[in-house]
Amino acid sequence: MAESLEELRARAQSVRRDIVRMTTEAGSGHPSSSLSAVEFMTAIYFGGFLRYDVKNPHWPDRDRFILSKGHAAPVLYAVLGQAGFFPHDQIMTLRKLGSPLEGHPNMTRLAGVEASTGSLGQGLSLGVGHALAARVDKKDFHTYVMTGDGELGEGQVWEAAASAAKYKLDNLTVIVDRNHFQQTGASEDVLDMDPIDGKFAAFGWHTQALQGNDMEEVLIALKRARAVKGQPTCILSLTRKGQGILKLLTKLKDENYHGKPLAPKDLDEALAEIG
Amino acid sequence: MAGASSSVATKREIGKATRDAFGRTLEALGADYPDLVVVDADVSNSTRTEWFGKKFPDRFFNIGIAESNLVGIAGGLASSGKMSLVSSFAAFITCNAYDQLRMSVAYPHLNVKIVGSHAGISIGEDGASQMGIEDVSLACSLPGFVVIVPADEESAKAATKAMLDHKGPVYLRVGRPDVPKVYAAGPAPFAIGKANQLRDGSSVTLIANGLMVAPCLDAAEALAGEGINARVLDMHTVKPIDRDALRKAAVETGAIVVAEEHLAHGGLGSVVAMNVAELKPVPIRYVNLGDQFGESGSPDALIEKFGMTAAKVAAAAREAIAAK
Repeated sequence: MAESLEELRARAQSVRRDIVRMTTEAGSGHPSSSLSAVEFMTAIYFGGFLRYDVKNPHWPDRDRFILSKGHAAPVLYAVLGQAGFFPHDQIMTLRKLGSPLEGHPNMTRLAGVEASTGSLGQGLSLGVGHALAARVDKKDFHTYVMTGDGELGEGQVWEAAASAAKYKLDNLTVIVDRNHFQQTGASEDVLDMDPIDGKFAAFGWHTQALQGNDMEEVLIALKRARAVKGQPTCILSLTRKGQGILKLLTKLKDENYHGKPLAPKDLDEALAEIG
Repeated sequence: MAGASSSVATKREIGKATRDAFGRTLEALGADYPDLVVVDADVSNSTRTEWFGKKFPDRFFNIGIAESNLVGIAGGLASSGKMSLVSSFAAFITCNAYDQLRMSVAYPHLNVKIVGSHAGISIGEDGASQMGIEDVSLACSLPGFVVIVPADEESAKAATKAMLDHKGPVYLRVGRPDVPKVYAAGPAPFAIGKANQLRDGSSVTLIANGLMVAPCLDAAEALAGEGINARVLDMHTVKPIDRDALRKAAVETGAIVVAEEHLAHGGLGSVVAMNVAELKPVPIRYVNLGDQFGESGSPDALIEKFGMTAAKVAAAAREAIAAK
């Protein structure tokens, strides 16, 4: 049952609260990299785009979602927990010994996780494999892959992009979470990959670019992607790293805030800003 | 220990290359394994997956010269319930795509079959860049991988079927040139993780895989003329290694030679030494490629130059026995 725009907006805020709470509890992790991706992840899992059954997570006809930017695991765990793949309060075990919610996703330990990721650049090839499997088996499932923007420096992404175009994989959508930062600085400064949509278009992909923290735009983009025939789709999602707690990050004088949790003393302020 | 000496070829004849035996078996078994999907990085006429591809075009994809993507796609196919098989030259698929083997296949323990062809220096004239001489070491370092190096045509056929029947990641190493027959015509004995004893002996055990099994049999024959009774083991599976066969070799013969067409570091010799040191330390000598790259030349000339011969094995056996 697809949620309404208002419901999705409210759920996105709830997902954000989960992200900051679980990473602060863990004492490590990548909250800012997770926060930029919240609207797309929420829309895919709760907006009626992804076909799944939490009681039968390996259902062969399910749609697939692959988080290639595996360090954003907290946003994946938040939506999977809210969807009911595991008890929601398990998110507070993130990164602890014995918890299946590892620092980066591990598909062998947690239902709903479609790929073990964390070494960047590999998710799109996995997605091509799923999309080819659908073709071989004459199934109509769709495969979504989310990458980061810094991740596009990995050459394998472009190997995969070329092969997806060769096989005209219109059952494959990649969302590039263009949050403008990577580990050591601004993506443009580290390795400028613009125009990202232009590059995918040159490889033969259908492309869209939009404000990826605007739920209304996200829903339109995902609908359009499913209507494309004969080509894979790239959605260039222009986002802000740390979306939802930008005022706090400004105050902390760190708009990238890469790979570290909020201090417990900042948690209440973050939750208040998220609303 | 599997394997009866009656299955050993009685005379030394040249058989098909192990890549050819693999390719024909894959083609022949394709109908029996409907979930099998084969992906190629534009070398299928070298690795011999093209025969499967022509017979089963709906289950064959050539994704271009991109080994990283090749292995990643194999992971995706397997995650969706297929059994995927990808092949390229041993050097390219293990070295170029190592992180993909690690993250997209080994870590999720997927049912992916990796076939590395053109192993060793016996490929000949193309030279060092094309020679996979470190592939076994790399494959053994992937947790959960089975690593198989068949000796000849019949062994490669049996290994291919065993690989398809095994659930989980497997690395199969095959070679380019036609090689001497070790096994008589007909199904060769083959069980993953079980060495084949090809000849019994009490003075020394010659342990080999791939191209080096036949020279070990020839060396055993030569040593017999000197009164040395050499046991010969075809250790086709490097991982999991047959520890029972190793323990018996050490206890019953007291000296070991390990022969392989691979670098010294991390191959069969390293695995045997690690286990024998723990089970029952005995003198071990090695015949391998040492710590160097190959070069261009005819296969026969390179085999001679790099010492992949019965004479080198026999000399190593005498040394190991002397060190008892």
